Amino acid sequence: MSAYAKPVEVLIDELGRLPGIGPKSAQRIAFHLLKADRVDAQRLADAVVELKEKVAFCETCFNVAEGDECTICGDPRREQHVLCVVEEPKDIAALEKTGAFNGRYHVLLGAINPLEGIGPEQIKMRELALRVAQDDITEVIICTNPNLEGETTAAFIANKILAPFEVKVTRLASGLPVGGDLEYADELTLGRALEGRQAL
Amino acid sequence: MALYRDDGVVLRNYKLGEADRIIVLFTRTRGKVRAVAKGVRRTKSKFGSRLEPASILHAQFYEGRNLDIVTQAETLTVLPQLRSDLSRYGRAAVMLEIVDQITEDGGVQPALYKLLTGALAELDRNGNPLVLPAFVVKILALEGVQPLLDSCVSCETADNLIAIDIAQGGVLCRACRAGEPISDIARAALQAIMDGRVRYVLDSTDDQTARQLESLSARMIEQHLERRLRSSPVVDQHLTQ
Repeated sequence: MSAYAKPVEVLIDELGRLPGIGPKSAQRIAFHLLKADRVDAQRLADAVVELKEKVAFCETCFNVAEGDECTICGDPRREQHVLCVVEEPKDIAALEKTGAFNGRYHVLLGAINPLEGIGPEQIKMRELALRVAQDDITEVIICTNPNLEGETTAAFIANKILAPFEVKVTRLASGLPVGGDLEYADELTLGRALEGRQAL
Repeated sequence: MALYRDDGVVLRNYKLGEADRIIVLFTRTRGKVRAVAKGVRRTKSKFGSRLEPASILHAQFYEGRNLDIVTQAETLTVLPQLRSDLSRYGRAAVMLEIVDQITEDGGVQPALYKLLTGALAELDRNGNPLVLPAFVVKILALEGVQPLLDSCVSCETADNLIAIDIAQGGVLCRACRAGEPISDIARAALQAIMDGRVRYVLDSTDDQTARQLESLSARMIEQHLERRLRSSPVVDQHLTQ
């Protein structure tokens, strides 16, 4: 027999299915909600329902969007001919915080990972080729993660997907993080930092 | 709780929590080990690229109750071409998946460790497509299931060996033929690999035979594992074309 009332048990089970939430955390959140004002709990419930009802992937770039088009694709002030390719919608948030990019995005919704059986068909690679072919793109900036999957995806885009197009293909620079110590840098990062050194 | 050090090859990794990863390593003296690398996904992580798949490294671990924790790591062999060349990385991914599948946690196999590190280094050096079939044939030999190549598996004759049947475990003569055709050159290359003349095969085999052996070896290992390799279709269709 369960120690808790059925609705509490159900909530703990549901919260426990979320990423990074274990049974103890799920129990703590459930009891927090039990103690919270009804208004606060309702606001959370409404936010979850609204998220599922109103938010989907942008039909153009596959960023999260309220409606068919995301705010970036719908903004006429953004540069129309430069495309930044990222793995996930949350990468867009990180790039937007820099304020250094004013073009548009293309979200792949993943990266090529042979060890997981994920190839180009499982991500939005064909859609990228279609956009470059149709949207008069002049530069594609590949901003996939600097790990093995991201590097493989970047090489595949540059060598296979964009090879037939007359488009400038660039990759985010790779090197040492600001604030770190040189002695802890791994060989690959340090090697790339040396290759990409700049005149002062 | 004890600290220990070992050499190893990173077979794969999984995301864990906000910034960690579980790293699966095939180590020289402890076999397959699963360990948590804390903060490895942060850009300022001290591990950098050292814990990426196919890295050959020397690491220090903190023994945990369920999973160990990687506390330090340094690269033993730098393999720059594996990261920059799609076909080399693709073939390396197949090798890593095979080793992940045939090993069990804690199962020490020094010969397999030597074979894997040697094959990864060779693949990085020259990208020869035959490295993968040679690796597979050597693994099958280590597992005791190498194909019979010098006589028919059905009637034992050594003449007119024209076919190979993976399920039967070797070549067949014209009278008993089953499975698929195999050329004399491909059969000789497989035999040379099993006889330890891998360097000769890598240097002398033509592209067509290499492709035939690559396809054949993938099916041989799948037969042995009794499952399909997840990496193989991705690599064949997209990364090695």
